[in-house]
Amino acid sequence: MIAAQRGDGVAYAEFLRELSPLLRGFYRRRLFNLQDDIEDLVQETLLAVHNKRHTYDPLQPVTAWLYAIARYKLVDLLRARAGRDALHEPLDESHEDLFADPAPDAEEARRDLGALLQQLPDKQRLPIEYVKLQGLSVREAAQRTGLSESAVKIGVFRGLRVLAQRIRGAR
Amino acid sequence: MNTDRLIIALAAGVEPVDPSAGRWRLALSTVAGFAVGLPLLLLLLGINPALAQAAVLPMFWVKFAFVAALAVAGWWTVARLSRPGAALGRPAIALAMPVLLMAMLALSALTLAQADQRLALLLGSSWSACPSLIALLSLPAFVLTLWAVKGLAPTRLRLAGAGAGMLAGAIGALVYLLYCPELAPPFLVVWYTLGMLIPAAAGAMVGPRLLRW
Repeated sequence: MIAAQRGDGVAYAEFLRELSPLLRGFYRRRLFNLQDDIEDLVQETLLAVHNKRHTYDPLQPVTAWLYAIARYKLVDLLRARAGRDALHEPLDESHEDLFADPAPDAEEARRDLGALLQQLPDKQRLPIEYVKLQGLSVREAAQRTGLSESAVKIGVFRGLRVLAQRIRGAR
Repeated sequence: MNTDRLIIALAAGVEPVDPSAGRWRLALSTVAGFAVGLPLLLLLLGINPALAQAAVLPMFWVKFAFVAALAVAGWWTVARLSRPGAALGRPAIALAMPVLLMAMLALSALTLAQADQRLALLLGSSWSACPSLIALLSLPAFVLTLWAVKGLAPTRLRLAGAGAGMLAGAIGALVYLLYCPELAPPFLVVWYTLGMLIPAAAGAMVGPRLLRW
């Protein structure tokens, strides 16, 4: 995205290509009976990303920015639908809250988490990956990392605390 | 149209953009809102003839700081509301702080005052005109701020409209304090805040319609 703001077309195309499946997944889970609209919405959102790319702050997580736009486009579509189709429950402003709350989506969390984890030392990163992400027991994680069991537990604990601080600091 | 073709079309010849452009746009609209409000004040009301005497009183500068802090916090809030996915916690606190501090000053002033003077502290000599005059003087800033926000990417339109109105209200109050002789904290916290909330409410009403993109 930062490359796009600088005008690097190649990196930008690659970035947009990466976005498309993310957006498709995002809309597929939210539009149960409007599956036909998904591709339109994806394109609509790519266009919005393009037209509003100057509003992305390089210090901000790109997923937060992207999903806020995706959510906005979704609400926009549903509102337009509600106006046309009286059989559906009308969607007005108050329904915006449904989507406005930035509840972390799974894929959003995974992307940002990956980046955050890279910043941790191995002693903390590996225990978190094994125990918290892959669901191994503390003993299994200890065997794989060659650390003692208590070192694994401490690594998980310290690492999570550092992550929590980073996340809070990023706000 | 095929999504891949769209991507190629978008990426071909993508022009560089300045990520701080939004900030400049909003700064421009804020300064311009003040600059247009000023002649409006001269035309409608003129400047307080006793401004020079008032300016030596500490309370005048407390009043100025109150309004200026709200303008800065409002600007910060609007800047955040114009960027998708930006967090609002701290700007919201910054917006509440000046009002809270002024409310505390007002409470202590009312407590210290004698019973028969409290109403005068609250109503001053211009309470009935103050909020609507602030709202009127904020009109240029209101239009300009909405224009600036629309060019960015607000995703919560009602809130963005309210924020833009609040910022415009603070700019209007900044202009108005050159005329207004009132200095009592109870007056300021009630009528100035109300004057800024009028454009904020108007912004919340028109936001969903005017700010769509």
